[in-house]
Amino acid sequence: MAALLEVKGLKAFYGQTQSLYDVGFEIETGGITTLLGANGAGKTTTLRAICNMVRREGLIRFDGKDIKNMPTEEVVRLRIAHVPEGRGTFTTLTVDENLRIAAYTRRDKAAVNRELERVFSYFPRLQERIQQQAGTLSGGEQQMLAIARALMLGPRLMLLDEPSFGLAPLIVVEIFRILRRINEEEKVSILLVEQNAALALDLADHAYVLETGHVVMSGPSAVVKNDENIRKSYLGY
Amino acid sequence: MEQFLQQVASGLANGAIYACVALALVMIYVSTDHINFAQGEMAMFSTYISWQLMSWGISFWIAFILAVVLSFILGVVIERVILRPLHNAPVLSIVVVFIGLLAIFNSVAGAIWSYLIKEYPSPFPKSSFGIAGVIGPHQLGVVLVTLIVLGLLFAFFRYTPLGLAMRAAAQNPQMARLVGVRVDWMLALGWGLAAAVGAVAGIMVAHIVYLDPNMMAGILLYAFAGALVGGIGNPGGAVLGGFIVGVLENMVAFAGNQIEKTTGIYIIGNGEKLTVALIIVIFVLTVRPAGIFGRVVVKRV
Repeated sequence: MAALLEVKGLKAFYGQTQSLYDVGFEIETGGITTLLGANGAGKTTTLRAICNMVRREGLIRFDGKDIKNMPTEEVVRLRIAHVPEGRGTFTTLTVDENLRIAAYTRRDKAAVNRELERVFSYFPRLQERIQQQAGTLSGGEQQMLAIARALMLGPRLMLLDEPSFGLAPLIVVEIFRILRRINEEEKVSILLVEQNAALALDLADHAYVLETGHVVMSGPSAVVKNDENIRKSYLGY
Repeated sequence: MEQFLQQVASGLANGAIYACVALALVMIYVSTDHINFAQGEMAMFSTYISWQLMSWGISFWIAFILAVVLSFILGVVIERVILRPLHNAPVLSIVVVFIGLLAIFNSVAGAIWSYLIKEYPSPFPKSSFGIAGVIGPHQLGVVLVTLIVLGLLFAFFRYTPLGLAMRAAAQNPQMARLVGVRVDWMLALGWGLAAAVGAVAGIMVAHIVYLDPNMMAGILLYAFAGALVGGIGNPGGAVLGGFIVGVLENMVAFAGNQIEKTTGIYIIGNGEKLTVALIIVIFVLTVRPAGIFGRVVVKRV
């Protein structure tokens, strides 16, 4: 299968500090790929680099097209939906406004309405809270809203940064079940960054392990999961 | 009693002007965290543009609309050309730029139109407008026009996709980029709208304070007081704060006059209105820095 996203020799910098040295990976169309690694390994930075939210060098190709020089708001127009760490919502806007602003780049109103219905079928609770300010939602609901918001873009690729962060285990299971449905039913490719390696490896078909800005191992999830060294050193279980 | 109503009415008319300028200040503040000190002078400049257009024979309302549109464009251009390169500059640099803009607008207006005070017409018919003995035709007109403008702005921000995008960009620029909003343009648009609202205020107040390059200096202070009273980060609060300051300053002067009339002792009067505004600013900053309707923003570090 052709690679949807191809990243090669990616370096990233925060001011003078380099935080990615040589990151490379590919995401297959329709696949779920996960980036694993300890705190500070560069997982979040990798996602931010794809969307041009940090200064970076290297090759980033989406659907065969070089997107390295595109500003963030143009990358989004290629239907790459980034759900940032820690509840990617507009807290002072209502749920309804959060969903509508997410479809800001789309002109096809009928498609947007269809999308909205689909989003509510995944997250019925958001429909009950439609006029509520996003900041007043519970943590789980805010994460659901963040994912719903990403769906409103009609994404081809979804970048998810720690969707399980700070949530109750039951909610996490629910969110991961929905992510699988999104992948299977909407054919959305997913790049998932997670601290919870066991959970991520269950969902993903491919995994890359990062350590201080380098990829130290990659392969099918099943292989990574069963690699003793990797498990002990990087995945912490 | 009639005198009291008159004072309230003229307070509302002044308050409407302060509300517009306060809203202009807040619009830029919420998206950039900066107070545009040149807002008043930009409004003054817009007023001169409308005066110039009228002196060329264009009717009041056409000149009004043209001046507002030109101000909008001017606001956008200032943001794109002057402030764009300063997006990551330290606050003090930006303050200096604002003060520079203030001085530039003031002296350019003086150079083109001279510092001589000019009369400025009122577009509202003297007869059949206003309520005799309570509110004059121009005062009523000012309140109506500003309410219409504020209503239009509210509808724009509340109900249009572009308005929503501007609010999103102000609330969380990084997230806004992630949904595809062109945040830089939203800032420029905010500057344009602020300049346009300021122009409305300038044109409406020029008949009352007369036209001269320093006409907005005091008004900017009152507007700033209004914005602070309402909460500098809250557009609705700033508008209400503008009206509150307008009525309050008249009430203080009115009370002072009444005291003088009954007791013969002069405590406070029309001359101290600006002092009252400044006392309000200091009082609010000390007692309730976030304003009546503002929320305290706690930043995590």
